[in-house]
Amino acid sequence: MIDILNAITLLANYIIVPSLAYGSQLALGALGITLVYAVLRFSNFAHGEMMSFGTMISIFTIWLFQSAGISIHPLPTALLAIPVSIMITIMLLLILDRTVFRYYQAQRVQPVTFMIVSVGVMFFLAGLIRFFIGTSKKNFADGERFIIKASEFKQITGLAEGVSIRTTQAITVIVTLVLVTAVFWFLNKTRTGKSMRAFSDNEDLALLSGIKPERVIIITWMLVGALAAVAGTLYGLDKGYKPFVYLQLVLPIFAAAIIGGVGNPIGAVIGGYVIAFSEAFITFAYKRFFTYLLPEEWAPEGLVQMLSTEYKFAVSFVLLVIVLLVRPTGLFRGKTL
Amino acid sequence: MKKIMGVSAAILMLASPAYAEDIKIGISLGFTGPLESLAPAMNNGAQMAISEVAESKSLLGGSNVVAVTGDSTCADTAAAVATGERLVTSENVNAIVGAMCSGAAQAVLEGVAMPNGIVMISGSATAPVLSTVEDNGLFFRTAPSDARSAEVLAEILIEQGYKSAAITYVNNDYGSGLGSAIEANFVAGGGTVTINAGHEENKGDYSADVAALAQAGGDILVVAGYADGGGGAIIQGSLDSGSFETFFLPDGMYADSLTATFGSDIDGSFGASAGTDSPGDATFKTLFAEAGHEYNVYAGEYYDAAALIMLAMQAANSSSSSDLKDHVMDVANAPGEKIYPGELAKGLKILADGGEIDYVGASAVELIEPGESGGAYLQYEVQNGKFATVGYR
Repeated sequence: MIDILNAITLLANYIIVPSLAYGSQLALGALGITLVYAVLRFSNFAHGEMMSFGTMISIFTIWLFQSAGISIHPLPTALLAIPVSIMITIMLLLILDRTVFRYYQAQRVQPVTFMIVSVGVMFFLAGLIRFFIGTSKKNFADGERFIIKASEFKQITGLAEGVSIRTTQAITVIVTLVLVTAVFWFLNKTRTGKSMRAFSDNEDLALLSGIKPERVIIITWMLVGALAAVAGTLYGLDKGYKPFVYLQLVLPIFAAAIIGGVGNPIGAVIGGYVIAFSEAFITFAYKRFFTYLLPEEWAPEGLVQMLSTEYKFAVSFVLLVIVLLVRPTGLFRGKTL
Repeated sequence: MKKIMGVSAAILMLASPAYAEDIKIGISLGFTGPLESLAPAMNNGAQMAISEVAESKSLLGGSNVVAVTGDSTCADTAAAVATGERLVTSENVNAIVGAMCSGAAQAVLEGVAMPNGIVMISGSATAPVLSTVEDNGLFFRTAPSDARSAEVLAEILIEQGYKSAAITYVNNDYGSGLGSAIEANFVAGGGTVTINAGHEENKGDYSADVAALAQAGGDILVVAGYADGGGGAIIQGSLDSGSFETFFLPDGMYADSLTATFGSDIDGSFGASAGTDSPGDATFKTLFAEAGHEYNVYAGEYYDAAALIMLAMQAANSSSSSDLKDHVMDVANAPGEKIYPGELAKGLKILADGGEIDYVGASAVELIEPGESGGAYLQYEVQNGKFATVGYR
């Protein structure tokens, strides 16, 4: 019995807790991408850099608060900075919309052209971010680091394995839950949300029923900006901020959005967790897990690892290919909100 | 007109009567190529030793000694051989200091030095293969082989009583070479390696890497990576998940930024990197700065390389490579009077009088078979959240 508990604790410590946090960050990112795709109908490759921009604003705000002596110990100051970051990121996106995207919208260009435009925006933002904050790593997590440490858990329960839960991981999961619920409520219950869904479902019909496209687009960018700022800040809070890492994040985020069905918000959120958990489950070494569960003489000598950790990103790719082959629409039918 | 003057000057030079002896030492370094930023300091180091000896006028009864430089590049072995060929056949150098990179050094050794019987002393070629390559006793190096560092590191691990270790290395030439060399030496010394896994630099998240290492287990985690990159992140992850508490930190992790991040959390972690407490190191750096040069790695090793060539000439009482090659080990190692940087004239005088010297130089030279530096290492440990030096070996 103790062995089974130990095995479960082991998985909780190395897979479940980290993947819940990572999955939440991916889910928020994928939700942003899916919203852009559903309403504006293009793949927004600049989303990673938008997240990075939001994080940068959070960091500057945190520094400002810290120098003014404002803190909410034991919680990280980042929570205070997030609203500021959301506002400035939304402003940036609205400016980008006005100066870049609106022009192509008016031309009614092909989605491919739009996609390339977003790549251009991505490079512009990447340069802008490096110009302001540089390329080095910034740690901005303050406050209490752990909710429970592995050693404390071992002491309390008397198990051989411990679970450590970091404050940032818990905050990530809670904030994601709140935000995702809020977005769904907005889309399904409010008049504006419904008009967004109508626009996404059939643009011409929506125009005929008196929905203003400019308004819908502005609201979409505002939602996307908020999601990007929160997702980026949570990721940086949890893992430390390095500007170029956000470019790498674009791959798992797109994989999450596509697996869930592009344009489908529920799918995007679930896709985020699917990617995070499969990366962890497939690259995990089960040696000690089986040592606990199996009789002693059956204990494995090797690491019992399906795929070496270097191939973590490949897992997103493979899942993507499988989903596109077997169920091209994604797990949930995509295209509209 | 200009041409005529140039030609006549050349004729004049050829016609000018030869002095008792004019010794030429070739300096073949990668002045162009991927490590070109390091070459000037190395060149200045070697030049400094040569001009020190030339000014003293005590080498082989007052012979003059000059340096001839050539570009060995780093990766282009054909260019390195061509440069070596020029130094030996048209400049008639007596010996060569260099080459800089291991590949170039091996190419010059096999293509030029061995056919012509010319001694080569490199101060920076550290590839293990140069220890075993056929060299007719002509090749020496004042820098230790990379294999030697791993040997020392594994020795320390075993001495500290560790029986099993997990190894994570940064996935590049430095990390994978060091990781597998530590594994080989540690296993040879009776230890067990539970896992030897690479990690990529510049990732956002290392939790999967940490999970794999933790499942393999081990008394200690060897982190052959970079303090400011993946290595530091893996230590963070290991501490967070409670999987390892003590870490073995090779030179890439020996940075104050590491202790600034983790403080007392990594107390008891230890490691070693190249370093010496020999007074020669400090003396050399002072002399080097006084001469107006900017210090960079291996400058001292090149001072020593050039100095060893000239001291060996004095000991052999001949400027020919075929004679001096048998005396390099003698002047570098005990017994004899210790010679530090700036004391080359003293060393030459002792040798001229038939005495013996033990050249210490800038890098605490101690040549082990087959003619390479054993290396000097600094062993450190994290105590009270700071790196503290616990000894030299």
